Amino acid sequence: MINAVGRDIPEKVLKDLNMKPFAGTYARNGEEYKKAAPTVRCWMDPKESKMVDSIHDVLVKCGLRDGMTLSFHHHFREGDYIVNMVMEEVHKMGVKDITICASSLGKAHDPIVPMIEDGTITNIQSSGVRGKIGEAISTGKLKGYAIMRSHGGRVRAIESGDVHIDIAFIGAPTADEYGNLRAVGGKSDCGVLSYAYVDAQYADKVVAITDTLVPYPNIPASISQVNVDYVIVVDEIGNPAKIATGAAKPTTDVRKLMMAEYCTKFVINTPYFKDGFSYQTGVGGASIASTISLGKIMKERGIKMGLGLGGIAGPMCELLEQGLIEKLVDTQDFDLKAIQSITNNPNHIEITGSEYANPMNKGAYVNKLDFVILASLEVDTHFNCNVVVDSNGMVTGAQGGHPDTAAGAKCTIVIAPLLQGRTPAICTDVTTVTTPGETVDVVITDYGVAVNPARPDLLECAKAAKLPVKTIEELRDMAYAITGEPEPIKFGDRVVGVIEARDGTIIDVVRQIKDYEWD
Amino acid sequence: MEVLRTAMAGTLESSDAQVTVEPGEGKVELDIESSVINQFGRKIKATVEETLERLGVDNVKVKVVDKGALDCTLKARVEGAVFRASGYSEDEICEGKKLPWGGAIR
Amino acid sequence: MTNPNLTRLRRSMMFLNAQKPGLIKDPYIYKPDSIMLDLEDAVAENQKDAARYSLYHALKEIDYRGVERVVRINGLETAHWKEDVRVCVAGRCDSIRISKCESAKDVHVVEEEMRKAEEEFGVEHGSILIMAALESTKGVLNALEICEASPLLFGIALSGGDYTKDLQTVISGTGVEFAWARGQMINAARCAGKQCFDTVFTNLDDMEGFRRETEMIKAMGFDGKSIVNPRQISVCHEVFTPTEKQIIQAEKIVKEVDEKKAQGIGVFTVDGKMIDIAFYPGAKRTIELAKAAGVYEGDL
Repeated sequence: MINAVGRDIPEKVLKDLNMKPFAGTYARNGEEYKKAAPTVRCWMDPKESKMVDSIHDVLVKCGLRDGMTLSFHHHFREGDYIVNMVMEEVHKMGVKDITICASSLGKAHDPIVPMIEDGTITNIQSSGVRGKIGEAISTGKLKGYAIMRSHGGRVRAIESGDVHIDIAFIGAPTADEYGNLRAVGGKSDCGVLSYAYVDAQYADKVVAITDTLVPYPNIPASISQVNVDYVIVVDEIGNPAKIATGAAKPTTDVRKLMMAEYCTKFVINTPYFKDGFSYQTGVGGASIASTISLGKIMKERGIKMGLGLGGIAGPMCELLEQGLIEKLVDTQDFDLKAIQSITNNPNHIEITGSEYANPMNKGAYVNKLDFVILASLEVDTHFNCNVVVDSNGMVTGAQGGHPDTAAGAKCTIVIAPLLQGRTPAICTDVTTVTTPGETVDVVITDYGVAVNPARPDLLECAKAAKLPVKTIEELRDMAYAITGEPEPIKFGDRVVGVIEARDGTIIDVVRQIKDYEWD
Repeated sequence: MEVLRTAMAGTLESSDAQVTVEPGEGKVELDIESSVINQFGRKIKATVEETLERLGVDNVKVKVVDKGALDCTLKARVEGAVFRASGYSEDEICEGKKLPWGGAIR
Repeated sequence: MTNPNLTRLRRSMMFLNAQKPGLIKDPYIYKPDSIMLDLEDAVAENQKDAARYSLYHALKEIDYRGVERVVRINGLETAHWKEDVRVCVAGRCDSIRISKCESAKDVHVVEEEMRKAEEEFGVEHGSILIMAALESTKGVLNALEICEASPLLFGIALSGGDYTKDLQTVISGTGVEFAWARGQMINAARCAGKQCFDTVFTNLDDMEGFRRETEMIKAMGFDGKSIVNPRQISVCHEVFTPTEKQIIQAEKIVKEVDEKKAQGIGVFTVDGKMIDIAFYPGAKRTIELAKAAGVYEGDL
């Protein structure tokens, strides 16, 4: 069945997963539904302890069995030890057919690939995957479907009961013996536990794993004792150097600086750039450079940001410190500066993944965004973006909050260099649609700036900013003139994954890759 | 031209290609690896074959390890390897052997 | 017809290793006035041949979008340079930069080799220009004869690294070691009606130092500067961008002179003051610089 972004979703996939094809970004607006609920084992007797000696013991206590769904968060990013630690024990116990429901998975989790191959893990649900897990999925080693969900879409799926978590494992930088969890004050601080909050609320069993047990009560807690069944102390929950990096040197890459300059010029020439505006940006070189140059102009003009949202890195914290941001509202921390800031600055506030981006609660923060600055592997002539599958067809990235913020923001800006080596970033059709073009307003490249024809108002802004305005087709043509027109990738028939739109419909599928055929 | 010995040109840096040629066994044998094989495999193969044809090379084993090189770079690397392998080393050029710019090199 | 490139704007001339595909594929993005595709120092001795194939196809197949394509050939003391000239001509670059030029004779030798190649490849003589890099005390002393050596030579450039070695000193950062060479070269160039370009500034992290040096050479009269990294281009162009006041003044001069000349009048006045015809070329250049910087909105 052809969906609203023109992708053919096989009937078999729709039937297997009991899902509908994507019908438009806001198609489900106003729907009513009943939320799911976990099965709770209550803790009435104050003499009972939540402390458990080992992962093995906790798995036994939780009644681990074949076919269960285990959940994890990705606040430790590439420094995470929790997923491997738990899965190793699951594997030793000989349990099969596990579904991993993670907020994201990365290269740090390469060691679970053999468990995909031997049937320990048969389903993966994640924002995305990188490294060897991506290869395993793309080459058809995962028995079931990989389901890629945005951060908001994951919360929606859990709250609406599309996925039910049997056991949630929550790595916590600090915990007390009764399960109050915080993301600061430990050895492996990650700043916030935003994406784990929904797991704690909706999983039947919630297991906290920490390397820093602190005296009771560990408050204010990101995750409260009322939702936690067990607490385990291990030597290390992660590698601090990979959880939060040091301050990144601002980029000196002139291409990125040029795109950053285009972005800033555009932003300040829109009517949304006024006192109290709201803004989210990524951590790429161009995004950071743009934030820094925007800060200078805000200072000059006496314009303050009312709300800074999303994953946070140092430069946004510096704007907060300079009094240029009223509230910094945080769902993930990328560097030490951000962790320091959320620890010390009362205007830097942790929110949950649902508050951030869930499309089916009563209104998420993303809906209040004026600007979001995003990156993309590919953007096509319909402004569709692809942030999950590379141009060779391999799963290699994550949706993150890309589709959520694009759907919410009044002005969605995507920055992408025209060429990545020989691969054109601006193309006729993206390999896989992850963010629908109807939510993408402006594309900034090193060769020029294109505005979605649906936004003639923003086109005027781009012209007023004296940017090198091109149509998206012109950008594509420039790219193809340099690289040659790429051949469409030939996939195998088997669907190995689905890209779930934030509302729970299927926006695209990912097919198994096959060896290149010369003829 | 006749490939007399093994020679290589190019690097494994991004946007480059490393091309190795060695005397063939009566025909052209290609072995192509590329970081963009799915998108440009046919184009890369065609460019390498056309370049060899222009150079009049029909007895060679060619290995290409491509890192996203544009056509102009692929041609340059094939020519670099072939000329080095067939009596046009830089020393020989400096001694007065002239390269066929605009002819076999196009 | 005279080659219009003789007098084109050359504020920034960026060196690029002709052998590096990643560098030469789209440097026009950074909007330098000229790129200098290097066959000389940047290319390792065992890659001289490979660089030529790479250069040839880049010249033939990459659309540099109006950026001037200068090729720096190997020194005349080497065995490489004659084939370098052949590939430049066959590939129809815009200009050839002679390394370590020391005399008018050096220019003549290259021009002669160009003539041969032009005949061989059917290229019109005069379509490819020459510039000379002065890298030695002798070269700098002979600046005027070099400037006057050929009508195809559009300018001379100081190459500071080798020059300071020849002087038996080092680059100090103060500019004192270049004071005489710069003065001598700009004087010679202007005397011969040619352009003059300053040496590179290699400390990429010292953008303030780069700006100061560029401001100084601009004040001395130089047309532009050799650039080693795209980071330096915007600062260089900024320095060479005239102020609004300068643009208005230049516009008045150009308009007044054009108008009066058309009417056959030889007396020019701007804002009630008599002006000298000698201001005209400078005023024209100010307008060109303003246009290149995108700050000119008049009708000239």
